Amino acid sequence: MNDVNRTIALIAGVLLLLAVATAVGQFLKRHPDRGLDAAAVRTFNLRLRGWWIMCTVLAAAFWLGTTATVMLFGFVSFWALREFITLTPTRKGDHRALFWVFFLFTPLHYLLVGLNRYDIFSVFLPVYATLFVLTRVAIAGDYKRFLERTAKIQAGLVVCVYCLSFAPALLQIPIVGPQPIGSDANFRLLFFLIVLVQFADCMQYVWSRMLGRRLVAPAVSSNRTWEGLLGSATSTALLAAVLWWAAPPFQPWQAALAGLVVAIMGFAGGMTMSAIKRDRGVKDYGTLVVGHGGVLDRIDSICFAAPVFYHIALFVTDGGAIRPS
Amino acid sequence: MAELTRWYQPSEDARMLSPADLPQPIPLPVAATPPIVRSAFCRIAGLSLAALARLVSGSSVRWIASQPDTCQRIYFANHTSHLDALLIWASLPQPVRELTRPVAAKDYWSRGFVRRWLAEQVFDALLIDRTDIKVHQSPVDLMLREIGTTQSLIVFPEGSRSVSEEIGEFKSGLYYLAKKRPDIELLPVHIDNLNRVLPRGEFLPVPLLSCISFGPPLWLERGEAKLDFLARARLAVLALKE
Repeated sequence: MNDVNRTIALIAGVLLLLAVATAVGQFLKRHPDRGLDAAAVRTFNLRLRGWWIMCTVLAAAFWLGTTATVMLFGFVSFWALREFITLTPTRKGDHRALFWVFFLFTPLHYLLVGLNRYDIFSVFLPVYATLFVLTRVAIAGDYKRFLERTAKIQAGLVVCVYCLSFAPALLQIPIVGPQPIGSDANFRLLFFLIVLVQFADCMQYVWSRMLGRRLVAPAVSSNRTWEGLLGSATSTALLAAVLWWAAPPFQPWQAALAGLVVAIMGFAGGMTMSAIKRDRGVKDYGTLVVGHGGVLDRIDSICFAAPVFYHIALFVTDGGAIRPS
Repeated sequence: MAELTRWYQPSEDARMLSPADLPQPIPLPVAATPPIVRSAFCRIAGLSLAALARLVSGSSVRWIASQPDTCQRIYFANHTSHLDALLIWASLPQPVRELTRPVAAKDYWSRGFVRRWLAEQVFDALLIDRTDIKVHQSPVDLMLREIGTTQSLIVFPEGSRSVSEEIGEFKSGLYYLAKKRPDIELLPVHIDNLNRVLPRGEFLPVPLLSCISFGPPLWLERGEAKLDFLARARLAVLALKE
């Protein structure tokens, strides 16, 4: 199988899977007497719609090139940060800091990602933005709950912008691996990550419903169980091993390992966002402001999985010397 | 009979009628205002500013037990940010927007060329002189004269932007508007989160998400005392918070 065929096979496979899932979803919707929970079917169909949109947008971005994909993720980050900060109470003293966070640090970070400056973008937000936010809030003169407020802004930046940006950064790592490498290899790697994350989310739900007994943290999430996590990690690792040919730098066992880690990180992302939402007393970010689809609800798992997957891919492809470009 | 028409309360059906069909309770003290003719440039400026404001404030619009309509209305809202009037104006559908004028402070909006141009040409704001209020030329009379029988108004009965999160007590202007023109619908509007987008004293916005809620119209009840009415109107705005 050559490079182009692999890409076509991957995309066709995903489209086929989505089409089958959509058919099943529509069938279940039309036949409510199958003994299945109507709410679960509705959730499933809503999720499917989200995946179709995600697939279409990703395909469009891929077709337009690396720059377009980086920009697309930049906009998603911007919107997610918007939801995050809207949900987080801030004080007037944070206003100026937030302005620069939104209009300077976020775009500049994505510019650095687009330019493939790993040496700078890997520290830009965690170090320089942190220093800026601390200073700017201090200068604003409101010391009330200072650490708490700056930590909130920092958490938003790291989760919504920094972590997510590792997904488009996958398009730029130099790939060395067992497979023939073509121009589509990096795109397949990104696609591979997203398919794994979504699959892990889905499996988590399915396994939890099928044999979920022990809740991980009942106060935080009422549907995430240890059985779900274990089942999702195992099935994702299996899928990753089966799809290993689509992810250029990996041997099958490496792909399985990546799948395992991705499933665990996706779980971590979901739990973290649940904790934040519980604290703020909302069910999902979509209902926070009526009429807005919750972007943050859709990307929480990708945010947590992307940086880890990026470094695994980099490590595998570069034999441990973390030195991209 | 005169007393009866004076306290005429539009019923549910009456609201389907156009303002011209409603009985006019008080002879309006005015000559018809000439229709506003704005240049194409000002219209485009208005449209783009409205779009920009909605983009920056990520506003979603809810109509709760009410519908956008071109009938004469007074939109009254809580005041939290400089963007309030612009955003309510931008949230209305184009035909309604054409007929709706924000009420703004003259001392602020007539200072400088840009502000004056925005207020007069783009938003067609009704500027009220806060420093020079005379008995025979009260702002309420001025407003009613200006809007004639077709236009609607956006007012902020708190008077100025509230400093705290709470909605302040309403000033009496809304009561006198309702008393002199009992046929006009008073529509409560709640603006959520906009004070975080552009707080008092800031000029650069932070693009958070906000929400504009339009509530069901209310009218002055027969014999309702001023303070009772103002409290009821304030509660109507507060009720839209959730």
